[in-house]
Amino acid sequence: MAEKPRTLLEKIWDDHFVASDPGAPAILAIDLHLVHEVTSPQAFTGLRSRGLKVRKPGQTVATADHSIPTLDPSLPILDELARKQLAQIEENCREFGIPFHGQGSPTRGIVHVIGPELGLTQPGMTIVCGDSHTATHGAFGALAFGIGTSEIEMVLATQTLLQRQPKTFRVQIDGRLQPGVGAKDIILALIARIGVGGGTGHVFEFTGDAIRALSMEERMTVCNMSIEGGARAGLIAPDETTFAYLAGRKFAPQGAAWDDAVARWRKLPTDAGATYDRTIVIDGDRLEPMVTYGTNPGMGLPISGRIPSPADLEPAAREDLERALAYMGLQPGASIAGQKLDVVFIGSCTNGRIEDMRAAASVLRGRHVAEGLRVLVVPGSQQVKKQAESEGLDSVFKAAGAEWRESGCSMCIAMNGDQLEPGEYGISTSNRNFQGRQGKGGRSFLASPLTAAASAVTGVITDPRTLVGAASQPSAVEAH
Amino acid sequence: MPEPFVSTTSRVISIPRANIDTDQICPARFLKITDKANLADALFFDWRFTPDGARRVPPSFIDEPVNSGRQILLVGDNFGSGSSREHAPWALRAWGIRAIVSTSFADIFKGNSLKNALLPIVVTPERHAVLTALLGDNPDGEWTVDLEAQQVTLPDGSTFGFELDPFARTMILAGTDEVGYVLGQLPAIEAWEATHPARVDTREGVTAR
Repeated sequence: MAEKPRTLLEKIWDDHFVASDPGAPAILAIDLHLVHEVTSPQAFTGLRSRGLKVRKPGQTVATADHSIPTLDPSLPILDELARKQLAQIEENCREFGIPFHGQGSPTRGIVHVIGPELGLTQPGMTIVCGDSHTATHGAFGALAFGIGTSEIEMVLATQTLLQRQPKTFRVQIDGRLQPGVGAKDIILALIARIGVGGGTGHVFEFTGDAIRALSMEERMTVCNMSIEGGARAGLIAPDETTFAYLAGRKFAPQGAAWDDAVARWRKLPTDAGATYDRTIVIDGDRLEPMVTYGTNPGMGLPISGRIPSPADLEPAAREDLERALAYMGLQPGASIAGQKLDVVFIGSCTNGRIEDMRAAASVLRGRHVAEGLRVLVVPGSQQVKKQAESEGLDSVFKAAGAEWRESGCSMCIAMNGDQLEPGEYGISTSNRNFQGRQGKGGRSFLASPLTAAASAVTGVITDPRTLVGAASQPSAVEAH
Repeated sequence: MPEPFVSTTSRVISIPRANIDTDQICPARFLKITDKANLADALFFDWRFTPDGARRVPPSFIDEPVNSGRQILLVGDNFGSGSSREHAPWALRAWGIRAIVSTSFADIFKGNSLKNALLPIVVTPERHAVLTALLGDNPDGEWTVDLEAQQVTLPDGSTFGFELDPFARTMILAGTDEVGYVLGQLPAIEAWEATHPARVDTREGVTAR
């Protein structure tokens, strides 16, 4: 009898199913546990109070990204709580034998940037981290999702999690993206369509020609924001693009083990005839650069669009939109293009990789940022920083009047001193425009690196396709 | 170790907003702690205080004097979206909240809440509308949330049932710890590992600083 056709998610799930008691969730084996300074301290405290060790330190890896300053690393950290938290992760890693890519390490960076660039993230794995953007790693065909601190403690103690199997949600992006439209625009368009709770209880699997044509870094941008659509994880089946990216990376299999691994990975894609719980189809040909106007990532629209009017909505939704527009200080019916800016932030686990730096530099090369505008470019990792500098991108940014920083989460989460001031408008390549997310009272527009860089030149929200020479896609050469 | 939880009777705080994200519940700058202390103060902080630190007028939901000590929230759809920070349910629990009624919860928040004996109670949009109207008519009525019976009793004595993950329910009722439960299954985990070698060794070539 033929085996039942399975989706990519079901194959990974079956591969990692350990056991389950009747009525209880499955015990799911975890291949890789990523740890950072903000969500882990209480989990280590829990381990100590139980007298437990980290069960698999060789399947655990840590870095410092959220509360770390992006200024000169030789300067002392003035924020006492951040300093204490950064000292704590280092101490916890030493005590429990966990490899730590900390301050001063050439491999430090945002946890979701370093996993892939080190080759730790591989197809078919289960990967967890106390961070909702763990979905990023799904770009490799790994089941990767964010967990809370109690679950961090569970994984540290057992290398497993108690989980119920999620439902499947196929997101098919057909066609071919137009010049100036990229991965960020795909995911913002999806979330605008289904809403921030649209994927709750599901795992996305992104399919279709427009997805296949993306580089690995672009795929990471798409999967990264799955959580903004309510899905805990997003998946893309591994293919030749995936294998080419991984080959030769530090922790990727080598030699005969590589061939075995690739043979195993080739069996992962969803079988013909497998069914999904839900499906949505989006025409990639028709996508435009996207920008958000409100206070959640679902409040987004094409850059040629106008801010919606609360009067057109049902009462409950009307009040939510009224509150959002009041917070943002925006007028219904106004064009989103042309809205004034104070700050531009280019970076984060969504758009802080080398291709993002190249895209931003392609716009800023030979141009200058608008008068009075503050522009921060923050690489996603020290390796991204080094690669960008070897290509002279730092000089492009600095010549344009932008700040070039050390790597970290920076203004995406505003824990390290990089932040919007109350009332300021920022366009950001990060993932969340929640109230206060980028600084108390700060007002965020989410967009792609091309759109953010074009807006940096003009000082107002700008369609990158309107700047001559800005719409060409950056080369897809990937750095090792 | 968690305390067993069976039921609570309390007045209810209404926050009629959808998509309340965990950055609103506990802003990121309060995540620099290395313990769980003082998180009650962080709850909904930026709704309660202006950027200058002044308490907002009129006071935000949980700061309204009449809402002091209330343990049940009635909130809009998709509560707890965004960041995975467990600081959100920790802050809610620290402030005294034991149960939240909504039409849906974000997945990670829901899981984190159950691990902290904070009950995410899902109701249909129709029931949510009825409960909202009822709370408008009787803002100081007491509701009883009974986890044992999986039932909410309203001030007029009427009741409705709710679903909760049966495993989480058992754990919360008994005050049992999930890590202990899984450690009890180590033989099964070791058997799985014996046939599934580790995919990576993160320690290769990494020198501790």
